[in-house]
Order: sequence, then C-alpha cells, then structure tokens
Amino acid sequence: MPRSETKVKFSLHDVNIRYKTIRAVKDLSLNIYEHEILSVIGPANSGKSSFLRCLNRLNDFEAYYHQTGQICLEGKDIYRQISAEDLRKRVGMIFALPIPLPLTIRENVLYGPRRAGMSRRNFEQIVEDSLTAASLWDEVKDRLDTLGTKLSGGQQQRLCIARMLALQPEVILFDEPCSGLDPISTARVEETMLELKEKHTIVLVTNNTKQAARVGSRTAFFLMGELVEVGDTGGIFTAPRDQRTNDYITGRFG
Amino acid sequence: MLFRKIKEFFIEQLIFFSGIASIVFVLLIFFFLLKEGLGLFKTVGLWDFLSGQFWYPISDPPKFGILPLILGSLVVTLGAIVIAVPLGIAAAFYIAEVASPRVRDVLKSLIEILSAIPSVVLGFIGMMTLVPFIKWIFDLPTGLTALAGSLLLAFMALPTIISISEDSINAVPREYKEGAIALGATHWQTLYRVTIFGALPGIIAASMLGVGRVIGETMAVMMLTGNAAVIPQSLLEPVRTLTATIAAEMGETVKGSEHFYALFVIGIVLFVISFAINVTADVFLHKNRK
Repeated sequence: MPRSETKVKFSLHDVNIRYKTIRAVKDLSLNIYEHEILSVIGPANSGKSSFLRCLNRLNDFEAYYHQTGQICLEGKDIYRQISAEDLRKRVGMIFALPIPLPLTIRENVLYGPRRAGMSRRNFEQIVEDSLTAASLWDEVKDRLDTLGTKLSGGQQQRLCIARMLALQPEVILFDEPCSGLDPISTARVEETMLELKEKHTIVLVTNNTKQAARVGSRTAFFLMGELVEVGDTGGIFTAPRDQRTNDYITGRFG
Repeated sequence: MLFRKIKEFFIEQLIFFSGIASIVFVLLIFFFLLKEGLGLFKTVGLWDFLSGQFWYPISDPPKFGILPLILGSLVVTLGAIVIAVPLGIAAAFYIAEVASPRVRDVLKSLIEILSAIPSVVLGFIGMMTLVPFIKWIFDLPTGLTALAGSLLLAFMALPTIISISEDSINAVPREYKEGAIALGATHWQTLYRVTIFGALPGIIAASMLGVGRVIGETMAVMMLTGNAAVIPQSLLEPVRTLTATIAAEMGETVKGSEHFYALFVIGIVLFVISFAINVTADVFLHKNRK
C-alpha cells in the first residue's frame, strides 16, 4: 500500500509523557493512517497504554500527568483546536474489561446518543446499525429489552463496541479488548475489528503478539516508553530491523 | 514450650477482653441510664413526658414535658443538615474529582484541622461573631437563635460529611468513570450520571454520621441557641435542645428527685435517637462495601 496516497488520520509529533518524574513515553513521532489497524505491542510499562490514552485525552484526569509535543487529528491540534468531548465522540475507546451499564441492551447502545442530544427519530436505526456493525445484532435482536449485564463476556465486549459505534466515531481505540475473553469470543471480536476497518481507523493495544499479527495492517513495538520500530505487520514479524523487536516477538523477553 | 503456651493464652484473653470491653461499656451505660431514669415513671406517664408541651422542672407542681426540647433538637439538626449536606457533598466532589493534587492535600489537612477544633472554642467564636451578625441582619431582639445553632453545627458536621463522602467517591471504580468519559460525556455528566450513583450509599452514610454528630453536640448549642424551652415556631427564635438541657440542669438538681430522673430519661431519648442514626448509617456503609 503506497503510504503517500493514504490520508493521515492522527499525527503525533515529539510527544513526551511524564507522570511526576517517570517518563512514560519518550519523543514519540508517529502517523496513523485512515482505514488501517495499527497494532501496538510491547511489555508492561512500555508506554503503549499511555500512548493510546492520550489519543482521546483520557489522561486528562490523571494526577501528576504532564505531556508535551503535538497531537493532531486530521491536522487539528487535539488540545487547542478540538474540545475534549468532541474529540472523544470522534475517537471511541474499548477497554479491557467490558462494562455494560446496568440498563437494557437497547439503552446501552443509546446511552451515548442520548447524552450527545442526537435526534430521537433515528434511535431504532442507530440501535440496529450499531449492533449489526458490532456483529451482535443476530444474537440479540429478539431480546433488546433484556439487561446488557446478562450477556456473556464476549457479547458484552461487542455490546460495548456497539455502544461506542452509536456515536459514529472515526477512530476506535482498543485497549487489550480480548484479555478477558475465551479464544472463540476473541475470534469474533477480531472479525469485528477487521470489518470495522472498512469505515474506521483502528488502534489496537494488545499483549498478544499473535493477535497483533492476525489483525494489524501495521505494527508498532514500544519498549520503555520508546517507539522501537513501526512498519507493515508482515515485515515486523518476519524481518524486524531491530534486535529488541526480534527478541520480543520470538519470546526471548517480556 | 509451656511458657509459650501460657503467653499465648494470656495474649488471647487480653485481646478478647479488649474486644468485648466496648460492648460491655455500652450495655452498662444503657442499664445505668435505665436504672436512674425509670424512677420517673412512678409519677409521670411516658406519653405525658414525651408529648407534654411545658418543661417547668422546678415550679410547683413541676411539669416534665420534653416536646419543646425534642422539637428544639429537631429544628437545630434539620437546619444544620440542610446547610451541611449539600455543601459537604459538593466539597467532597470538588476534592475528589476536580481539585489538583496540591489543592487536594491542602484542603484535606485543613478539613482535619476543622474537625479538631474543640466545640467550646467554636461556640465561643460563634457567640462573638455569628450571634451579633444574625441579630443585626434579621433585626431581632436577640441573635441567640436556632439559626445560629444550625449554622455552627453545620460547620461542625462538615468534616465528617466531606471526608467520608470523598472516600466513597474515590472508591467508585475508575472503569465506570473512564467508560462514560470515553463515550464523550462531559466531566459534569460523568459526575452526576455515573459517579454519584456509585458513591450514593457512602454519601448517605456520611450524612447520617454528620447528623449523629450534630444531634449529640452540646456545648456549642448551649452557648448559641438561647436555651428557651418553648416550642419553636421558626428558625429565628431561641430554642433549647435535649443535650443542652441535661448539661445546664444536671448540676442544679437534687440527686434522686423527679427532676434528676427526668434528665436521665432525656439521656435515654438521646441514646435511642443516636443509636437509630448510627444503625442506619451502618446499613448504608455496609451496602457500599458489597
């Protein structure tokens, strides 16, 4: 895929993140392209979560958080030119633990649209579209009024995906979305990700290098807050340029 | 070996007695109150005592009606709750969710200092500042009113309400807040739609404990409320509370007289009220932990 013709969605320039004196991310410059799945791998404390959470400014509420550098979404600085709430509607996020609200499946999906004050006329359509896009519609269409918390773990995670999709985000951040799921549910969520790639840009942080290899179009390897290497997933996993990347993916450390 | 066993035995017994000591003390206090108080009901009926409108313990014949005192306590307490609970919850939210770490540390230690001020000192300050202010602003014959008591008691209940509410707000799982924020909810929407529900049992318990502190407080109310044992019509009149009555009259009464017994029954009434409040608070705190 020729990079020059693909649109840059996120561009990060010299981003540094500190918590008090601990440097979590060091001099990070990176572009994220439209309609790609960027997998981010790395051991614990490598800064991959800090990186992910600064893309939707979820770190804002962190005490002692300090960030420098520039992050742009489609050329606009996310700290100066976009409000945090608008940013988070455009950049959705899925967490490791699915936490459906203690509401019905329908209301879980509609929670974001209601808060955002979207028109009620489209609500039925939003529910169907979002659940379909999250590959959950067929499983729940006859019981939309049961509690979301009654679903299985994998279904709950897809419900959370649907809930996020209801706001029609452009970018979706996945923070280890399958760490608590069984292999079959994991496969379903991965399929969903690959389908979502058609319309969305995806950043996936994962501890599972095989998952990164399966779904990522590009893969980035973080170590101790440093971006060691980023490139096409095929290249990273077959012929990494850096020795440390090679050690990590072959399981020699981390 | 034997020495170790004996040591073990003594330590176990010591811990056991320390553990049950508090229960024993509570029971002893309760029985003592009952023993001293029940003598009253030889001459005065329970219902007359609770619903009598006049408290003239030293006139002849004496009248022992504690309704004005109960209502006095109630008015002062309600006033204090109305002021302290919203203020305390808002302050707790500010400290837990909005303030920067440095401001948070400063505020928390200041609040601890606030709770450490002896009530008589607060009462004295209130007498010098609050009372003349109320007299002046409402143009009253005296500033010693239920309102003055409520304001000061609100002040005294705040530290309890703030610190316990803050703990329960901090105990709301991070994932809930982040989930809401990541869906584009504003900070405020997250606070009043997610965080407050997670923290609600703790906030209610905090308020109840604040109420417990208020209703048992003696010194400050005695100094500020004017101590007139009449049924209060508004917050701007002098009232007398249950606690202030005991404190003011216990020194002047003859041991073993009707008056003496009546004061003990007031003690029982107070005991029952604070017991009920603490049990309610405990139920909510317990809910919080589940």
